[in-house]
This record gives sequence, structure tokens and C-alpha cells, in this order.
Amino acid sequence: MTTQPAYTSSPASVAGVAAPIARKGGVRIKDVVKRYGTQDAGVLAVDHCTFDVPAGEITVVVGPSGCGKTTLLNAIAGFHSLTSGTIYLDNEMLCGPGKLKAEPGPDRIVVFQNGALFPWKTNIENVAFGPIMQGQMTRKEALEKARDKMADAGLRGIENNYPGEISSGVRRRVEIVRALMTDPKILLLDEPYRALDSLTKSVMHEALLEIFYKNRVTIFFITHDLEEAIFLGHRVVIMTTRPCKPKKILDIDIPHPRDYNVLTTKRFREFMDETAAAVHEEATKAFAAGEKER
Amino acid sequence: MSVLSKWSFKVSSFVFGEDFWRGIVAIIVFLLFWELGSRSEALFGFAFPWVGQIPAPSAVLKEIYRLIQEPSFWHSGYLSTRRVLEGFFAAMLVGIPLGLAMAVSRTFYGITFPVFEVLRPIPPLAWVPAAIIFWPTQELSIAFVTFLGAFFTIVINVIGGAKSIDVRYFQAARSMGSSTFDIFRRIILPGVLPSIVVGATVGIGITWAVVVAAEMISGGGSAGSMGGAAGGGLGFFIWNSYVGGSYTQIVAGMISIGIAGYMSSAILRKIGQLLTPWLVEG
Amino acid sequence: MQTVSHAKVSAISPSAPQAFGSQVVVSNVSKSYGAGTFAKQVVHNSSFTIERGKLTVMIGPSGCGKSTLIRLIAGFERPSSGTVTVDDKPVTGPGVDRLVVFQETALFPWMTTYDNIMYGPRARHEDTPEMREFAESLLQKVGLAAFRKKYPSQLSGGMQRRAELARSMINRPNVMILDEPFRGLDAMTKRLMQEYYANLYDEFRRTTFFVTTDIDEAIYLADRILIMTNIPTQVRAVIKVNLPRPRQVENITESDEANAIKMQALSLLHEEAMKSFARGSKAAADFIEAYSKRMTKK
Repeated sequence: MTTQPAYTSSPASVAGVAAPIARKGGVRIKDVVKRYGTQDAGVLAVDHCTFDVPAGEITVVVGPSGCGKTTLLNAIAGFHSLTSGTIYLDNEMLCGPGKLKAEPGPDRIVVFQNGALFPWKTNIENVAFGPIMQGQMTRKEALEKARDKMADAGLRGIENNYPGEISSGVRRRVEIVRALMTDPKILLLDEPYRALDSLTKSVMHEALLEIFYKNRVTIFFITHDLEEAIFLGHRVVIMTTRPCKPKKILDIDIPHPRDYNVLTTKRFREFMDETAAAVHEEATKAFAAGEKER
Repeated sequence: MSVLSKWSFKVSSFVFGEDFWRGIVAIIVFLLFWELGSRSEALFGFAFPWVGQIPAPSAVLKEIYRLIQEPSFWHSGYLSTRRVLEGFFAAMLVGIPLGLAMAVSRTFYGITFPVFEVLRPIPPLAWVPAAIIFWPTQELSIAFVTFLGAFFTIVINVIGGAKSIDVRYFQAARSMGSSTFDIFRRIILPGVLPSIVVGATVGIGITWAVVVAAEMISGGGSAGSMGGAAGGGLGFFIWNSYVGGSYTQIVAGMISIGIAGYMSSAILRKIGQLLTPWLVEG
Repeated sequence: MQTVSHAKVSAISPSAPQAFGSQVVVSNVSKSYGAGTFAKQVVHNSSFTIERGKLTVMIGPSGCGKSTLIRLIAGFERPSSGTVTVDDKPVTGPGVDRLVVFQETALFPWMTTYDNIMYGPRARHEDTPEMREFAESLLQKVGLAAFRKKYPSQLSGGMQRRAELARSMINRPNVMILDEPFRGLDAMTKRLMQEYYANLYDEFRRTTFFVTTDIDEAIYLADRILIMTNIPTQVRAVIKVNLPRPRQVENITESDEANAIKMQALSLLHEEAMKSFARGSKAAADFIEAYSKRMTKK
């Protein structure tokens, strides 16, 4: 069994940002296969997928809709089982031969596409919910920690509002803070900004990066938006259409911290050129398949 | 997948699924308890509370078998069904245009809605004495009360449906040059149709409830037996069975009404689907 | 695009369409809703021109008032002050010369694709053999000939958009208005729809007013870009896009000129988007404050 170094990162990402502790949350996906249904009448969603998610970095998986990328996220989170292959978390087997399904846990938190805040609880109650439910802290402790984390993320002042009273962009940020309450090793985001318009999205990206720079949690981010992927990621994995497997893996050496000006730099455009053709190709395949099914 | 193969796939996966067997077992257990409960006096020496008084399913089945062969029973069924359909169609004929008029014209709405809203909370059955007084024949008073049952539901649904039509459809239609009548014919009417179907499906259930109760209350009238010219019907049949002390007949009557009600709703739902083909997908 | 034929339609349409369309002038327009203390001003003293035969794109943060301006130009509402004129005649109500393609599909759900497209002609009693032929050619053009009898719920998002374009185009409006028509489509479908639409515009070249929040989309399609402020909205900047037509996506991404336009637009838009975001709550305002501090430190 090969081991993965506990501390991996592309050189440029370290520049200018202090990293006092060894980072956790590195994931290694090795030869993973996922088939829904039976051998003959099933759907192959993931086909011998292998790639690394370095600890303390943002890895973005890009691919057309329905290609199987959510399946990978669900496997890491422990919601779905594998058909074969292995997934390692910080060099330990998370799921694999003999244990095809990981247990969901507070070390791997998912932020979903559609908002999942409880509308009947205030924002701070929502944020504190996880630790209280899991009995990790008393209510008082949890609320205090929630207050701190929210202030850290620039969300002071809305603690006692209800999710319905704030804009969707701010809601998304509350959800991310909630996810960070249990100090997870890895944050799993499944197209969290899909529903937002382009301009709000760009503000959200910067907010996510702010949170990332403060917490250095490993982030596994799924999207179909290539520009979003290159803007956010240290590493971008481009997937084929279903069944998915990495088509191209890029290490984005644009230095952090990044802001919207990055979008018009030469290096960014070079990355877009390099990847656009590949992504477009897969997308057209998916588009044609989708139209035919109707 | 063709429609037939999709359907047979659904049916077969249901039949061999866990839910199906759980359902079957649950029903069998229920019937068993019922049978044992109603025989409890004979079997266990004491009668279970409440269940012990009910006729056993086996007895009820025998009774149903007997009733099916009696023409007067079918005549009762016919009477009730006729009343339901009369009341229901009258409610649709009056309710739909009224609802549309109220949705389309503010003035008309202002005039009619207050009265409508005041009358609506009065349960149809509370109208029975008033109906008997004001309508010349018993048949008409039953008809009036069953009409009321569906009427209010249909009007409310029509108004709600018309109001929920997306404003952009009106905007698009106006931009493209539609006259008001064109908009009414091609936007409002089809737009309201799904709500009419909903109102109808709910309304017919209410109509059945009202018919049965109205028949019970107004009794046999001059004809004291089943199948009298005035009165009669399944509601009266049940009431009569109660008076005559035949409990198995009561349960048999209840089951018949249940089946009749279910069938009318199912037929209406089917008609509704045919009228609104665009709702089937997506 | 594999799915669409590129046959020229203009030869088949019943009469020579007005080649370029109308000119729309919005002059000192303001629009408020509500009264007294509850009054909310959405558009403030806004002035701009939508040039004849050109594709003008309006871009601004979401909620800034772009949709209100669309409603004013389309004639669904009247401005609180100022005027909207079409070829120097003031707008008094909706009309077939200004058709809107909405953000979420407004295809009539109870009509088939064909009936939807033929809606306008039938409404104006123009259901002639020539018109039906034109409908046929449009169906071919948008690649939906095989789906003419389908209901909107049976079409994918991209197909619905194309059906709506056809429904508008059959009426040969002098001004085509599109309100973020590709929003909500996934990135891939969006990109294909943008290419498709650019081709369509090239062929028909009539006055078009296109609203979006996506700067790449704006640069790709526009002859002119109007950058709007946050609510209450007015024009912050006008940027001319002199890129040659027909526009190819590859050329745009490689073009330095396009990139310069994007840089200029982004800095303005980002500022406005941040302001818009800050209005949301105190939390958002704090974020903006912290963010600007970090930016100025650089």
C-alpha cells in the first residue's frame, strides 16, 4: 500500500500565507469504480478513477452534469458505497476492499447545492447545531464558538436573524461556517453556487477564499463552471462524461491570495485556453446525449 | 421505453417489492382481527369492546353476495349515483362560470364575494331543513343540498387557479397582439383547467358525503321501503338497515358507498388527465 | 452546432422583414414603487439609447432594476417620470414591435411547440399559408422540427429557450428584448445557446436589447455594453465592443482587446456588485469593509 506524504501542496500556494500546523484532509482516490444497479442492467457512474486531493488545498472537479462527480463526493462523505477501489484519508483507508462504504463523520462535512439551513432556527442556532447534536459541546460552548466563527467569517450582526431574512449569498456563507464548526479535515462542496448569478457568484468566491485563508481546511469542490474552477482551485481535475474518469489534471500556479483581477491575467487565460477545448468536448457529448434521451 | 413496458415494469416492481407484501400482510392481519373480534363472544366467552358488536367480514361478504342479486339494491345505488351526478354537474355548470367571472372582473368580485364567503362556512347539511322548507319536492331539496356540497369547492378552486396564472403569460399574450377575448379563450381557460380538475375531484367526494347524509335525514318520504319514488338511495338503505336492525346490511351499504365514491373520483381523475395532457410529463 | 441547420430563413419569410428594426430612446427615466415612506426607487434618472439594428447588452448586479427597465420598454408598466420612445413615438403599452424573451420560460404550458410559435399570428388573425410556412422554417432553424407536437414540459431547458426565440421571431418584432435568457442553464448548455444566438442575430440583424449578469456573455454578444449601477439603477458606463462578426468564442478568449474590455468592465461591475451585496445585511457590509481593507493593502 503506497503512502501519501502528510503534507503536500503546490509551491506557489504556500507563498505569502502562514501555515503553522501540518494540514489534514488529504484524500487519495485510487482506482475507484462505482456502478449503480446490476452488472448487466446498471449504470456505470465512475470508471477506474485515480487522483489526489492534496491536504490544505482547494481541489476542484469539473465535469458536465450527471457525469458521476457527485458520486465521488458522496463516497468520500460516506453516503454511498464503492463498487471497487480504495479511498484514503490522511493515509488511512476510508473505504475500500472489505469496507466499501465509509461512515459519515464530522471530519468530512458536505455543503449541498440547495440550501440546507433549518428555516425555523436562527442563523446562530443553525451554525451551532452540529456540535450540540453530536454531544461534543454544551449548548453554551457551542453558541460561543458559533459566534466566534461567524464573526471570523464577517457574519457579525445576523446571528439572531432567520435564514429566510437574509439574502441567498449570505445564507451560503452561513452554511459554510456551520460546516466548519466541527473543525472538519475536509469540506465537500457540491456545486454550491450553481443557482447564483455570475456577479453574486464572484463575490461568493472571494468570500470562500477568505474563509479558506483563515482555516486552511482541505476543500473538495464540484462544479461545471470552468472559470470558477480555475479561479478557486490549487488543482483542477477535468472529468469525462459518464462514466467519469480524470481527463486532465492541472496544478494552477496562480499565486494566492487571489481576487477578481486574476480573471483577466495572462496566466489565467492560458489556463482557460488549455482546458476549454477539453471541457467543451465533454460537454457537447453530454449535451447531445441529453437531447437524444428526450 | 414504451408506455406499456414502463407500466408493466412499475407494476411488476411493485408486486415483487417489499411494500406490496407488507400491504397484503397488513390487510390480512386487519381482516383476521376483525373476524376474531366480531366472533369474540363465541370464541373467548366475552365480547371485545366495540369490535365484538360488529358483524364479521365473512358475514358481510355473504350479505354483499345476497344484495348483489337484489334489483332493489341496485336501484338504491342508481338513485344515489344519479343524485351525485346531478348535484355535481349543476355545481360545475354554475360554479365554473361564476368563479371565472369573479376572477376576471374586480367589480363582480366585489359584489359577489362577501355574500359567497358568508355562506360558504355553512355546512351543506345544515341547509337540509331550510331546503326542505323552501323547495317544493323532497327530491329538489336533496338536489339543492348536494349541489352546495361541490359548488363552493369548485368556485374557490377556479378563483385560485385563475389568480395563480403566471402574469408573464398575460404579458406575452398582450405583446403579441391578443385581444381580451383571445386571452380569455387561450390563456385563462386552459390555465384554469388544472384547478377545475382539482376542484372537481375534491368536490365529488364532498357530494357523495352530502348525498348519503341527506338521504339518511330525509328518510323514505312517502315510500317507506327501498326504491320509493322519493327518498331511497344508499344513504336511506343504510339508515333503514339500522332501523331494521340488520348490522351486516349496514356494513355492506358502507362498503358499497365507499366503492362508488372511489370509482367516481378515479373516473374524474382519469378525465382530468385526458383534459390536461401537458401536465403528464415533467 | 450539430442540431441546428444554418439554412438562411430570410428568403422564405413572407415579406421582406424590416432589415434593422427600431431605435429605442430611454430619457431621464425614473421608476418607484409604493408610496410615501414605503416608496422604493428602482430606477433613477436613467438615460440610454438602444441603437437601430445593433445588439445592446445591459449588465448590472442582480436586483439592480434591469428587469424593471425591461418592463418599461416593453410597455407593461409606465415610468414614474421620464420618457421611453420607439422611433420617436412614446411607448403607451405592450405591442408586437417589442417582444420579450423572459428569464424563465414563459411558453404556454398547455400548448405544443407549434401552437406556441403560431400564437402571435393567430392572435392577430394572420394564420395564412405563408405564415405557416414561415413557422415551419423557423422550427427547422431552431432545430425543433421533430418536437413540434411536444409540450414545453417535455423539452429540455435549452430547447425551451429556442422555442421561445422562435415564438418571438415569427412576429418579426422591431425590437427583440431578452431578459437573462440563458440564466439557470448549466455552463455547457449556456455556452452552446450563446453561440447559437449569436448566429441567429447575425442572420436577422434587428435591434436587440439583451440583459445579463455574465460579463463573458456580454462581451461575446454585444455591439455596446451598458454597465449599470446598483439599485436605484442608472448607466454607469458605456463600452463599445468593436470585435468583428461573426463572433467566434476562440477569437474572443484570445483577443487582447476583449480582455481589456473585460478588465474595465469587471472593476466597475465588481464595485457595484459589492455595493449590492453590502445592502443585504450588516454582515455583508462588514465583509465588504474587510475586503476593501485587504484590497487597499496590496
